[in-house]
Amino acid sequence: MYLDYAATTPVYPEVVQAMAPYWNKKFGNPSSVHSWGQEARMAIDKSRARAAELLGVEPMEIIFTGTTTSSTNLAIQGVAKVLKNQGNHLITSAIEHHGVLDVVRGLEKQGFINTILGVDKYGLVDLKALESAITKKTTLATIMYANNEVGAVQPIKKIARIIKSKEKELKTKICFHVDAATTVGWLDIKVNRLGADLLTLGSHKFGGPKGVGILYLKKGTPLAPIFFGGHHEKGIWPGTEATPLIVGMVKALEISLKNEKKVKSRVKSLRDRLIKGVLQIPNTQLTGHPQKRLADIASFIIKGVEGEAMLLLLSDYGIAASSGSACTSGELKPSHVLLAMGIPAEKAHGSIRFSLGEKTTKEEIDYVIKVLPGVVGRLRKMRRGIS
Amino acid sequence: MYSKKVMDHFRHPRNMGEMKNPDVQAQVGNSICGDIMKIYLKINKNKKGEDYVKEIKFQTLGCAAAIATTSALTELVKGKTLKQALGVDKKAIAKYLGGLPPIKLHCSILSQEALRKAIKKLKLGKGKKKVADKIDGVSQS
Repeated sequence: MYLDYAATTPVYPEVVQAMAPYWNKKFGNPSSVHSWGQEARMAIDKSRARAAELLGVEPMEIIFTGTTTSSTNLAIQGVAKVLKNQGNHLITSAIEHHGVLDVVRGLEKQGFINTILGVDKYGLVDLKALESAITKKTTLATIMYANNEVGAVQPIKKIARIIKSKEKELKTKICFHVDAATTVGWLDIKVNRLGADLLTLGSHKFGGPKGVGILYLKKGTPLAPIFFGGHHEKGIWPGTEATPLIVGMVKALEISLKNEKKVKSRVKSLRDRLIKGVLQIPNTQLTGHPQKRLADIASFIIKGVEGEAMLLLLSDYGIAASSGSACTSGELKPSHVLLAMGIPAEKAHGSIRFSLGEKTTKEEIDYVIKVLPGVVGRLRKMRRGIS
Repeated sequence: MYSKKVMDHFRHPRNMGEMKNPDVQAQVGNSICGDIMKIYLKINKNKKGEDYVKEIKFQTLGCAAAIATTSALTELVKGKTLKQALGVDKKAIAKYLGGLPPIKLHCSILSQEALRKAIKKLKLGKGKKKVADKIDGVSQS
């Protein structure tokens, strides 16, 4: 029972099919002038046009990159660099993915300063703090559309309005980057409606292949490349284009958005069924906002158990989930997202996240609801004498 | 990620549970990762008149590695004299379990700390502070 779709999704069979010709039949280098090259170039151009159409933007505003993390790096470092003469202040939030937070923090060494906005107990960004953090030196604000660990959905349009009105007031340029990695199929992704200058999408979160991503770059938004090597993607993301991956990603985007309506309401009701079931276990709580949350994320704190132990026992029952426990992270610290929400380290220990997908069934959810109390009970028994 | 033996000790921890009327019990916590460990001991004298671990039990709020390494520790120290028991280190535990991922080696330290604390309390309780200090010295080397 795979309930870790927010970690990654299986590639749609139609996507595998769409990619197939580009490995060894239409394998040409898109930059070559002969027919092999033309064929590949055409596939990329077509994919770009289709992606633009799906996102409600212009084809020239779509940049194909390596991964979600490549896109966030390009967006943040690229803006910071190109506007360095105007200012050196970057704003982000405490619950961003490491792909954003580490980039912003990393730029400190290059003379940039940052404001990391706090969140409330639901994981929603403090908008007043955002407004007052913006100064004449601010060149970039980067906020995630929805959080991957607790599903909290940020009011992105409102955030965009705050930033843009400050931009006007201060007569300066402030770029707004949105990390929308986990939102395709769950939230409105018509980028023209969101008010972002840059927006990151990750292919493998919506049924596309790993190793490719999209960066939306609004016309007129300044951006410097962060590495060099050719004219590809207008010189902003140099390197031979990964034709099969690009074709596959855009096909996956198309399928996800086509299925969105049908899938979302079904998954949401399964998510609510799971939440209701898990909260029947004593001493458990939902993390994230009860309403303003992604349709696919059911995340909890289960007191008196440790996340990794819970995941391994669930795995014995064939259930895949994830946790923000220190023991599951490479750095032995609890999830920075849960800590930012004011959840103490010892409670974050017992965090667990189930993320649903379009293939998730009611039977699977009921199986989890049936199995989990036993797993929790087994682990709680181990600590019974501990005060 | 984990060896078969680690998974076996995690799924079926040995000597896990509460002990009634222990000679001593001690609890320690790891403030960084959040694990908590409690150890109970029953002590007896062997033919030479030395104290040895007659029974040991543990309870924990910890990850799979914490559970498995403590289970291993209890197996390794049972029947050993207190001095021998204090000599069981993370290397011995890792070896017994057929290896541990490097990042998880520290998990085994918590159980040793709990054991050390229990033995120290035991000695102090019997009014033999000097011995306790000496044992502490041994364990920290």
